[in-house]
Amino acid sequence: MFAFTDEQLQLRESVRRYLIDHATVSRTRELMDESAGFDRLSFQGLFNELGIGGVHIPEEYGGAGLSYVELSIVLEEMGRALYPSPYLSSNVFAANALLLIGTSEQKAEWLPSITSGERLATVALYEESNRSIVANIEQSVTDQSFTGTKSFVLDANVADVFIVVARDGFDPVNPLRFWLAHSNDSGIQTIAMESIDSTRRIGRVSFENVKVERLGDRNQDHGGFGKFIDFASVALANEMVGGAQWLLESSVEYANHRVQFGRSISSMQAIKHKCADLLLEIELAKSGAYRAAQAIAAADSAFPAYASIAKAAANDAYMQAAADAIQIHGGIGFTWDNDTHLWFKRAKSSQVLFGTSEFHRDQLLDRIAVLEAD
Amino acid sequence: MEWTEASVRNELRSFLEANWDPNSDLLDWRNKLIDAGWGMPSWPERWYGRDMPQSLLSVVAEEFASVGAVTVARTGIRLLAAETLLAHGNDAQRERYLRKILTGEETWCQLFSEPGSGSDLAGSTTRADLVGDHWIINGQKVWTTSAHHADFGLLLARHDWDIPKHQGLSYFILNFHQAGVEVHPLRQMNGHASFNQVFFNDAKVPRNDQIGSSGDGWQIAMTTLMHERRNAGNIFVEARRRGDFEGLIYEQEAEENKILLEPYTWYPQRAGRVDLVLPRASDTGAINNPAARQEIAKLMIMSRCAEWTALRARAAQQQGQPQGPEGSLGKLAGSNIARQAAKVHTLISGVDAMACGNDSPESGIIAEILLSVPAISIAGGTDEIQRNIISERVLGMQKEPRMDTGPFKDVRKN
Repeated sequence: MFAFTDEQLQLRESVRRYLIDHATVSRTRELMDESAGFDRLSFQGLFNELGIGGVHIPEEYGGAGLSYVELSIVLEEMGRALYPSPYLSSNVFAANALLLIGTSEQKAEWLPSITSGERLATVALYEESNRSIVANIEQSVTDQSFTGTKSFVLDANVADVFIVVARDGFDPVNPLRFWLAHSNDSGIQTIAMESIDSTRRIGRVSFENVKVERLGDRNQDHGGFGKFIDFASVALANEMVGGAQWLLESSVEYANHRVQFGRSISSMQAIKHKCADLLLEIELAKSGAYRAAQAIAAADSAFPAYASIAKAAANDAYMQAAADAIQIHGGIGFTWDNDTHLWFKRAKSSQVLFGTSEFHRDQLLDRIAVLEAD
Repeated sequence: MEWTEASVRNELRSFLEANWDPNSDLLDWRNKLIDAGWGMPSWPERWYGRDMPQSLLSVVAEEFASVGAVTVARTGIRLLAAETLLAHGNDAQRERYLRKILTGEETWCQLFSEPGSGSDLAGSTTRADLVGDHWIINGQKVWTTSAHHADFGLLLARHDWDIPKHQGLSYFILNFHQAGVEVHPLRQMNGHASFNQVFFNDAKVPRNDQIGSSGDGWQIAMTTLMHERRNAGNIFVEARRRGDFEGLIYEQEAEENKILLEPYTWYPQRAGRVDLVLPRASDTGAINNPAARQEIAKLMIMSRCAEWTALRARAAQQQGQPQGPEGSLGKLAGSNIARQAAKVHTLISGVDAMACGNDSPESGIIAEILLSVPAISIAGGTDEIQRNIISERVLGMQKEPRMDTGPFKDVRKN
């Protein structure tokens, strides 16, 4: 349970090799200036060459039928490589919404084309009211029609379908539901939002009398929204620990080559102790991210607590790694030409998506009863 | 023979069925275990063992626990002494010392740290001068657990001051029952006196009690320390004994433990007592304080993730994967957890955190936590030394330039 299998290690290796070839930092820098923000050719390769379009999606919907553990391995490698693509928004978040909530007809309609990369989907979640507490969504759907504005929609610029999270205006308890909207609806307008992290595109999407289709059965909930957020947090946490690990390695490598006062700065305790502390924090965060992924794969009832642990630990480790990496690099680390800031910015954007550490720590204490029982 | 889990269980079960009796005398029982090779089954057959792989020891522990059987003496430094003798001692020394280590008749301690050499153990300035058939020992050791009732000590001392420091060290067995050895308790900031200072004034070690040759001291000390680290995760501790614990042997064992375990009563507090945090947070209402919640959650996250990291390390090893960095990080994680726990206990207790004694929170346990945690990041290798090890051996970073090469007599000292 706590060790990766040989097959999982091979999966990691093949994704890493693919991304070394196809997701160089120089290519990522080019993409940062392009409107799509990702490389369609290398993105297609994930599906055609690597076959990882639907790692955790059942085979009947065109996926590989593996678990959240394998998905997390893929995400960790993408985070490490800072790979810019709609994979997280479409193949993970949107696919999760369909998997968790969709009817079998909806899954059959949407998952195969998401899994093959033919169609891109994204979840439209954030609005004015839920910037800090993600469940505080106020906008609602009435009569199968949605009017409202969603922000921070990942890869909104390239999405074929939006999965809007909004309340059900007809239901007296006003529950949170997921709704499908086609991006070619004339009532939809998408504007790119400027993000400090140019490797992950966000948009503001306004909906005006847009016809939407309810995801899932009217009378069934299954705690879908909470699960969706926890699954998303765990996915993101695994992506984040990959990025943190890259920052540590690049800092150690730089320290080993940088000479000041007639010796390598890597020999100075002020530097190497910082790196040792960082390694510890990253390893702990990895354990949290891996454990949470296993809990999801095993349908372990403790997964909500583990999800909070994973995201809070990954937030703190990635930001610490980013800040320390710049400090260890010194002045050069603050320049645009040095790559460190690209990961720093990814750390920042990831830190605030799906809950800050403070949010997850507070939530953890409400969930801890399950944790203590295990 | 090739041991398997089934063969271990079968043989040990029939041995215990035939021999285990809670009313036997502790010493008789332990001698029986030693003679049968069930005391330390991973040891060589020649020396009271059964050449069993380490991986099967948990099976042995389970079988002992399932009938509530008492084991050979394993507390304190004794097994470090035994392992060191097995690795580097000669047959005469093994013959003389091993059995009584396991019966519990003789107690050992470790004479490594000195007032002038803490992190820098190889900087020892305790002298060992060969005069006739004896080494004459002069100097001082410190942080010596159990020295006040020890029969023997594992002594690291310097025989040569004209060569580089690691090369001038030798390793001895020191008999405490002599005029040249004086033991004084060392009182700690938490009020306990679990350690001692040991003074040598022309103490004598017969030549036969030197382990290895002159100059081997550092290498042998590394063996001892390796076993100390390994013992930290001693598998025997994990199997919980079952039974009603009635019988002469349990009384004798309890008597022994009262003395041997006394120095360790505050060790759980040193680690921060994370187990007390949630119950106390609920009882005091601190669980509803947003600031306290954040710190409590930080602690829970650290401690859970550290547990999982240890399990990852163990799982990877069992699968034969090369050991990752996880193992060596445990000690540093333990320090962080203990410090955060002390912070949280303070937050939860408020002004109560200054109280100690029976009227204070948890009958003084919280106070003992707050005054014991500072030890954990020092004992057994400081956090700073751990960070050196992690950065150099795991991350491959460079060592600091050394100022202590060349003849030891010329090296700057305290």
